[in-house]
Amino acid sequence: MSNFFSQLINGLQLGSIYALVALGYSMVYGIILLLNFAHGDIIMIGAYTSWIVMAKMGLPPVAAIFATVIVCTLLGVFIEKVAYTPLRSAPRISLLITAIGISYFLEYGAQLIWGASAQVIPSYYNVAPISIGGVKISFTAILTIAVSVVSMIALALLVQKTKVGKAMRAVSEDTGAAQLMGINVNATISFTFAIGSALAGIGSVLYCCQYAQATPTMGSMLGLKAFVAAVLGGIGSIPGAMVGGFAIGIAECFVSAIGLSVWKDAVVFAILIVVLLVKPAGLLGRQLQEKV
Amino acid sequence: MKERKTIPMAVRYLMNIILVAAFLTALNLLVVNKTLSTYNAKVLMLVGVNVILAVSLNVATGYLGQLPLGHAGFMAVGAYASAIFTKNFDGRLPDEVNFVLGLVLAAVLAFGVGVLIGIPALRLQGDYLAILTLGFGEIIRITLNNIDNVLGFKLTYGAAGLKNIPKYTSVLNAFVWVAVCCYVIHTMMKSRHGRAILAIRENEIAADSCGIQTTYYKVLGFAVSAAFAGVAGGLYAGYLGVLNPGNFGFMKSIEILVMVVLGGMGSMLGSVLSATVLTVLPEALRSFSEYRMVVYALALVLMMIFKPSGLLGQYDFSLSRLVEKLINGELFQKKSKTEKEGE
Amino acid sequence: MSFQDKLYPAPTNSFLKQEDLDKRPILDVRNLGIDFGGLTAVDSLDLMVGRTEITGLIGPNGAGKTTVFNMLTNVYTPTRGSILVDGVSTAGKKTYQVNKMGIARTFQNIRLFKDLTVLDNVLIGMHNDMSYHLVNSVLRLPGYWKQEREARQKALELLGIFHMQDMAQLQAGSLPYGAQRRLEIVRALASKPKLLLLDEPAAGMNPSETAELMDTIAYIRDTFHIAILLIEHDMNLVMGVCEGIAVLSFGRIIAKGTPDEIRSNPQVIEAYLGKQEG
Repeated sequence: MSNFFSQLINGLQLGSIYALVALGYSMVYGIILLLNFAHGDIIMIGAYTSWIVMAKMGLPPVAAIFATVIVCTLLGVFIEKVAYTPLRSAPRISLLITAIGISYFLEYGAQLIWGASAQVIPSYYNVAPISIGGVKISFTAILTIAVSVVSMIALALLVQKTKVGKAMRAVSEDTGAAQLMGINVNATISFTFAIGSALAGIGSVLYCCQYAQATPTMGSMLGLKAFVAAVLGGIGSIPGAMVGGFAIGIAECFVSAIGLSVWKDAVVFAILIVVLLVKPAGLLGRQLQEKV
Repeated sequence: MKERKTIPMAVRYLMNIILVAAFLTALNLLVVNKTLSTYNAKVLMLVGVNVILAVSLNVATGYLGQLPLGHAGFMAVGAYASAIFTKNFDGRLPDEVNFVLGLVLAAVLAFGVGVLIGIPALRLQGDYLAILTLGFGEIIRITLNNIDNVLGFKLTYGAAGLKNIPKYTSVLNAFVWVAVCCYVIHTMMKSRHGRAILAIRENEIAADSCGIQTTYYKVLGFAVSAAFAGVAGGLYAGYLGVLNPGNFGFMKSIEILVMVVLGGMGSMLGSVLSATVLTVLPEALRSFSEYRMVVYALALVLMMIFKPSGLLGQYDFSLSRLVEKLINGELFQKKSKTEKEGE
Repeated sequence: MSFQDKLYPAPTNSFLKQEDLDKRPILDVRNLGIDFGGLTAVDSLDLMVGRTEITGLIGPNGAGKTTVFNMLTNVYTPTRGSILVDGVSTAGKKTYQVNKMGIARTFQNIRLFKDLTVLDNVLIGMHNDMSYHLVNSVLRLPGYWKQEREARQKALELLGIFHMQDMAQLQAGSLPYGAQRRLEIVRALASKPKLLLLDEPAAGMNPSETAELMDTIAYIRDTFHIAILLIEHDMNLVMGVCEGIAVLSFGRIIAKGTPDEIRSNPQVIEAYLGKQEG
């Protein structure tokens, strides 16, 4: 029973990170229908930022956390402005290939600058695990889950209650109509990228708390899983991204716990396939039908 | 309107056969006379494999209009099928027979897997189909990685790699298969079946209303695409002699997709050219190996920003059309409106 | 037939022409209805179309006209009722099978195969007219050549009837608007329908083009001896070319009859112009 409980905590911890990253995918897809393949690599750049600030510059962890989130946010917006904006009216496949190109560029660029081997990130804090009813829970797990939940609630409030949130929803519903209503579409899209990338930055810090290293390719599988989480939950839906993230994190941890860790990725994809076949728009997604 | 001179069908075919035969002979001479170094010959074999991959993926993306991201999975199925077959029959069958049977098996198995995956996957559209095929591709790779330690076989040797595969692939036979692949896909596309596939790309609801059984033709296009990916996989196995499931990951699928998109979706010649360039270029840049992938990535982004329809758009080369233009004296005239748009 | 007769009374007002009276109607729709979620889009629709009749389906925007077409071609599955095409029920059939049964259609928002040539568009319409196997096309066996040659010839003849043979090699998407609408009709005719459904064929046309279209519609019926059911807002066209008219409002048929009867029907006037106050 205690094993079950600790695996659940592990799953929730991993799932929180997936959910945070998935939100970025989901929001960007919701607003410009782009599978932003470069999103996972933003996390990688975030990890390197933490490493540089703490290990190279010797600054305190707080500085590293701020620097990571800020760098990720700026990078996300920068990519959007430089690579995606010129393709606003191009076919969607061009946009997708561009995203893949950016992803390659970031990965191989990082490899060129920092080398292919892993860089160890110093720990941000040192807090002993907490014991609840005989189960030891690491502080990192509690922090990760708490920070993710708070971030998601904040995001939900932002999207539902604020003016800029309303603009985001309007643009994702109908870009043309939103523009006619006087909404600054470009600014709204950039803002969406900023929010998504900031969440990726937070995810990056939380990820590095658990796995304290940075490698050029760390973002690609993490990004892919988070993307699967977004699709599973229903892409474009904020609660969907959370549900999908937790579902995948928990599934992975339990599959590993029963000794099938080599199959965990296959299980994740199998779950995705089954869900999509039963509910093509994902768990909480909206089904759009073409008008004839 | 002046009557335009045309070439009879038989002559057209003859012209194309001669062209292909001349090309293959020239290629073979280069290899036999050792004009090409062993290294360059190897690069050429890889070009052959990648051309088949790109041309076959072009059926599913360019012609059928879907976006599958699991092409490497079909390649893996073909590679392992042909590798295990040829390895087991090495010495028991004549090499040529063993090689061809291995590739046919690869094509048939990949076709079958294509049908199995296609039927559920093609119910979805666009990005959902992309992510679903990506999932299937990854499942194929993970399965190949783990099949031995689960079922206790000595088949794929998992992550350790399948070794000592007979190296049957040569420059000549690789390009013979390129020719076969291009021929079959070309003839299929220039028929009522091919038109049905194109109709689905253009407008699925209208195709349905024209009496086309869209599900059948979608699965057909998808499975034919998979079958030739299987052939490419078989050639790859016979070229490398060693297989590792890691070779067939999601990044390989992306690499093939990039070739197709850069060449121009829907253009067979575009796929051939861009697969060739994208295979040779990284090899040529090997001395700058640190920078080459960064440059490659940048080129990809710039290409999409400045020429999103790819190198050739939907244009396809036709020798007969060229000769017809020549005998009609139209070659140096201004291009007519439709042909311009074809580019 | 007899089973259906027991279920529903025959529609009171059919548009059967004198010469079609003793023949089975090409389209026999009884009590057709469809719900989207809780919303009833079309209800209790009865309609009969004779074998060589031109029928108009009119009504205000949002009345459910295109939904009727989508049900007739099984793009949407009806919730209730039956559709008989030449006496055979379309229940459970796929859209492509309905086409094989004899219904071809055009679309309100033109759906051509835009990147393909005009000729290819027509040849795709003739897909089921050819029967050669995939092996035939890959090996280029005689069956392929023979059928392709015949189909090509027929397609060009068909284009010729509509004065489009010179456009055969042009890209369909590059044609002027009127020609695109005509090509959609040609493509529909290529599948040899017994009933042709035209969804707002005159939309976006100027008066002279509309007049030409009226001639074309009558010409199609007289040449191919098929029935035509059309949705149209242009009253000149509907009154000028249709023999029978059904008026749809809020998903129900409120009137059926000849153009003259419809013109003077108070319910129809109310549906279009609203109730007169005072």
